[in-house]
Amino acid sequence: MQLRIDLEAVAQARRFATAIVDPIAEFIAGHSTVAVERSVARLLGIDGVDADGIPLPNRVVDALADPAGGVARALGASIAETGRTPQQVATALVAGTPLSDPAHTPVAAIAGALAPHVTRALETIDARRAERATFLRELPQAPPPLLYVIVASGNIYEDRTAAVAAAQAGAQIIAVIRSTAQSLLDYVPHGATTEGFGGTYATQENFRLMRAALDEVSAQLGRYVMLTNYASGLCMPEIAALAALERLDMLLNDSMYGILFRDINMKRTFVDQHFSRLINARAGIIINTGEDNYLTTADAVEQAPAVLASQFINEAFAHRAGMPDALIGLGDAYEIDPDLEDGFLLQVAQAQLARQCFPAAPLKYMPPTKHMTGDIFRGHLIDAMFNLTSVMTHQTIHLCGMLTEAIHTPFLGDRALALANARYVMGTARHFGDEIELRPGGKIELRARAVLSAAVDLLAGVAGRGLMESIAAKVFADVSRSPDGGRGFDGVIAKSAHYWNPFEDALRPLTAA
Amino acid sequence: MKLVKPYGDTLDDGAMQLSFTLPLEWSEAADEAARALVVKQGFTDVAVVEGRKIAAGFSFFVVYARTPVAIDVSTIAAPRAARDALDMDAVDALIRTRVGRKVRIAGACIGTDAHTVGIDAILNMKGYKGDYGLERYHEFEVFNLGSQIAVEELVRFVKDRRIDALLVSQVVTQKGSDIANFTALAELLEAEDLRDGIVLIAGGPRVTNLLAAELGYDAGFGRGTLPSDVATFIARRMAERVLA
Repeated sequence: MQLRIDLEAVAQARRFATAIVDPIAEFIAGHSTVAVERSVARLLGIDGVDADGIPLPNRVVDALADPAGGVARALGASIAETGRTPQQVATALVAGTPLSDPAHTPVAAIAGALAPHVTRALETIDARRAERATFLRELPQAPPPLLYVIVASGNIYEDRTAAVAAAQAGAQIIAVIRSTAQSLLDYVPHGATTEGFGGTYATQENFRLMRAALDEVSAQLGRYVMLTNYASGLCMPEIAALAALERLDMLLNDSMYGILFRDINMKRTFVDQHFSRLINARAGIIINTGEDNYLTTADAVEQAPAVLASQFINEAFAHRAGMPDALIGLGDAYEIDPDLEDGFLLQVAQAQLARQCFPAAPLKYMPPTKHMTGDIFRGHLIDAMFNLTSVMTHQTIHLCGMLTEAIHTPFLGDRALALANARYVMGTARHFGDEIELRPGGKIELRARAVLSAAVDLLAGVAGRGLMESIAAKVFADVSRSPDGGRGFDGVIAKSAHYWNPFEDALRPLTAA
Repeated sequence: MKLVKPYGDTLDDGAMQLSFTLPLEWSEAADEAARALVVKQGFTDVAVVEGRKIAAGFSFFVVYARTPVAIDVSTIAAPRAARDALDMDAVDALIRTRVGRKVRIAGACIGTDAHTVGIDAILNMKGYKGDYGLERYHEFEVFNLGSQIAVEELVRFVKDRRIDALLVSQVVTQKGSDIANFTALAELLEAEDLRDGIVLIAGGPRVTNLLAAELGYDAGFGRGTLPSDVATFIARRMAERVLA
């Protein structure tokens, strides 16, 4: 099944996306954020909380006399002066010993003092990536669409039970959804957690507990079960750092989601997403972008060009961070009103269009949510049509729809029913998409062409106006955000001439696109 | 008195379908445990039509059974907040003639809830299912504060902007967070002496008008609500106030 689409229009969309991202990349190069600096501190081994529960990476970054120089210089100077480890420097800071002034330490001494810690961090990340490669070789996954389910009890121990049960019922990817407030916290909570709302806090210890449980069930099932969390919100790069250290396999990570849907400052988000993706590229973590959100907050038929345009922009940002196509899980969702005649045709058009525009990307397909009701029987049917669309258009990452979507965070039995639905449809129709041809000039093809053409126009407009200006002018999701407004703006740091981030240096050459 | 029982294929057969998961490894004994569980609740003719393993230590069941319980529907009352909704022009006209000024409306998802789908469907100009949102009404001035709004912040907003009608939405209901947030808001409005001056409305897929009344709200709107249902309620309540 192939759509006849204008390949020159696809190339044009990509050129506009590059033009959109170029000036932002310049801005990114000149800036850091408190979250990027905390990520550096975490990668250097700083962990734990003080007596008030404030994470030590926050304490260290908040204590910087010269944030514009970066946390690495201050830590390097302290280490050079005292011979302490980064963690010891942090605990000494809490006990009252200030960080050393890097102005008094030669640059070479700073770099030399930090070098072993930088090397160790990179070695750990590389080791985790190698572990994953070994697992995938020895415990191969079932073919895509990879069935992805969410656990969200608020209690990591209950989540573990739910995740293991889901894996046994056929899940290949487990996402631990976060507590709803976490995206707006300017710190990463600490330790194993048992309380959360609508989800479970993302913490390093929770990552570790879930990874261990999934490794165990992977061995038992003879197939590797992947783990996903959310690198979004105000701690986007810190989550990426922790995920790299604890061998998460995927992260939800979008270049604009936080700006549009969480009112997080755009400059903060652009800088944060870049550093997150530098880490993801090194760690081999697949990102999942959030285009589904355009469809849940507005009409899905009208928003189709915005989804495609956003996919091109997300791809351009990811390429800028050195991510290969194989790690860029661009998002889409099955959200067209089920009462619309031929809505299924439009869904197939959009999904196949994305498949052909991004042939090497592990596309992420999201289930119906907006039109799900308490009628679980109808919901189960809509999910089946979504499953069919996914398998026939060769989507890669398939978030299973729940029949109880509109009712509650999934019960254990709901997940089993959803997985059974997906396995049935994808089994019985496994090669359906390869066996049929789309009618030339038919409804599906015309729809795909119209969406592509509208997306090119949209991208051309954004390229002409500028991305920040376009977001301010409500081009995306009908939401207006100003460049200096929103949450987290005060955490954006203009780099000084002395700024130094050893990880930026280490990750950049390796991952140059 | 009018007694009613579930209807399968014959009046008063009491037929019901149930499905649930037990934390038991599947076996014939697990099927029997499922049957016994349903029998113990008073059902008769219990048939476990499906019982299977869904994971190690977990089994899923589908059960058909008959209930001996009947309910007297003549004693049941559940008033709906949405009664014969007016259209947009009629709402605007009602406000123009009876209130004589624009009605100021604020909406938010309170507490930690980030799910704005419901409040957006009601407030956004575009609306829902072809029914325009409140922003489109000429006589409404709408402030959509979005998600994760603290109760204190919202109360301050109501005071500063002299809000007439406040719409709060809760989608996440885990561990009763919705009830706690709704209650906290009502109490704080009361404490600030603002409660009587506003039309206070709760919304969300699990909200009913009955629940909202219990929590001290003027109305509650659940699933299937259209923007015009809410608009009509606000307009009528504002008109009554002016009269009073």
